[in-house]
Amino acid sequence: MTSPLLSAKSLSRFYGPQLAVKQLDFEIYKGEVLGFLGPNGAGKSTSMKMLSGNLAPNEGEITINGYDLLSQPKQAKAHIGYLPEQPPLYKDLSVTEFLSFCARLNNIPSPNRKSAVDTAIERCGLGNVRKRLIHHLSKGYQQRVGIAQAIIHTPAVVILDEPTSGLDPIQIREIRQLIKDIAQEHSVILSTHILPEVQMLCDRVKIINQGSLVFNDTTHALAQQMQSSHILLTLGAPPDIATLEQLPGVTSIDAISNTHFKIHYQPDHNPTQIILESTVSHGWQLTALTPGQHSLEDVFMNIIQQETDQIKEQI
Amino acid sequence: MFTLARHELYRLFLSPLAWLILALSQLILAYLFLTHIDYFMQIQGKISAIPGAPGVTELVALPLFNNAATILLLLTPLITMRLIAEEHRNDSFPLLLSAPLSATQIVLGKYLGTLGFFLILIGLITCMPLALSVGATLDLMAIGSAIFGLFLLVASFTAIGLFLSALTKQPTIAAISTFSLLFLLWIIDWTGNTGESTLFSWLSLLSHFQPILQGDLHTKDIAYYGITVGFFLTLTIRCINTQHLS
Repeated sequence: MTSPLLSAKSLSRFYGPQLAVKQLDFEIYKGEVLGFLGPNGAGKSTSMKMLSGNLAPNEGEITINGYDLLSQPKQAKAHIGYLPEQPPLYKDLSVTEFLSFCARLNNIPSPNRKSAVDTAIERCGLGNVRKRLIHHLSKGYQQRVGIAQAIIHTPAVVILDEPTSGLDPIQIREIRQLIKDIAQEHSVILSTHILPEVQMLCDRVKIINQGSLVFNDTTHALAQQMQSSHILLTLGAPPDIATLEQLPGVTSIDAISNTHFKIHYQPDHNPTQIILESTVSHGWQLTALTPGQHSLEDVFMNIIQQETDQIKEQI
Repeated sequence: MFTLARHELYRLFLSPLAWLILALSQLILAYLFLTHIDYFMQIQGKISAIPGAPGVTELVALPLFNNAATILLLLTPLITMRLIAEEHRNDSFPLLLSAPLSATQIVLGKYLGTLGFFLILIGLITCMPLALSVGATLDLMAIGSAIFGLFLLVASFTAIGLFLSALTKQPTIAAISTFSLLFLLWIIDWTGNTGESTLFSWLSLLSHFQPILQGDLHTKDIAYYGITVGFFLTLTIRCINTQHLS
């Protein structure tokens, strides 16, 4: 594999005595969308700030496109676009004014500046509002201006910190579409606490909890973790739970209601066929049989839980 | 760096604050200017007979610059307070930090932009005494020296204001602390001009301004303002570096 566009080695950051991020390794390759997941307060934003050069790490090093962020900040920063949680906007400027200022800040030479601004406006769907003051735009549009600002100098890596937080569902969908478009040309690091978002947009996932990395694999691998071992069963005339529990392969049963059950089974003994046959022969009046699936939230909680348990065991 | 300076200046004029400050300072100074002219007209007849008596430059133009210095002391905190504190407050600072700019460029850009605004203000103030040249002979060198002095003074005011603005997220706190510090440095030599207070009088912004206003340009006074500006700008750069980039 080629060398990563952005790589970080054993990043650590303390706020006073409190550890925010611990020994974090990070790498992103060309054309990749990396999801960075974690509950609130896990250290996502701190990591994003460090990667974008807004916050110096206490330990570790960051290399962007071959430039060390700490010793050659100017060259390194030219290759990243960063959208913090709160979009950094001068609200008293109009969209065009603001973006051309950003273009100038990023040293885009003046002949190309106008086209860079126009491209960013077009890509982020800001054509209708280009003359309006940012102050008067809705949150969704302000977020778009924030994204436009991050991609205006066509950086190699775009870092987006919770780009969909605080938006309504329609705006969220539009912003996700926009991120998808951006991912065609840039590598994207996307931090979020919404799991489906990662599943939709990302190639690779990193999960962080309490400052350290707990999961680092492809989205596909994450989806496999979601394969579950339970069946949801609804019966019109159910028997005793004990009867159900005696079916081969069944390990335990949760009764959700009188007629609705959640059946757990051993991973390699799927009892679906047996249940089906039994319901027919005993006249239990099957109304629904659904293979269960973990929600991403469950997987997420599981991974974090496992990790916490391991730490406890070590102690 | 100059991009940032231009941007600062432009944004200043987007807010009513800059226009209001320009207008009101002009109003107050114009009134003071008129009273000085009035006074000069009254005593003109008496002093015209005395050889070597102070002329229109000494009696009208220089007092005007002296008043302008006091008014700038009051106004500078209002302009400088928002420089960095407001960026922190609006969460817009990351834009500058993640742009390919060093802390030095950010600080200098903001500083030069603000200084540009004060140059416009000083330019407008200068128009008043220059208008007298229609009917009187002015000592242009003396006025030049006064303008230069005023500029040095404002340059140090701005540097101090910029530093205090970098320390806080609240523009109001930046304004109040800037004003207090400027005022303290203004009056610090009022402790009485006895021998041991030379340090205090050396520290005073005012005691270095007066000679320049009188047309006495000394290297030590210019150096004092240079050191003040350099010192506070360096502190600001260090402050941003330790907060974010170290």
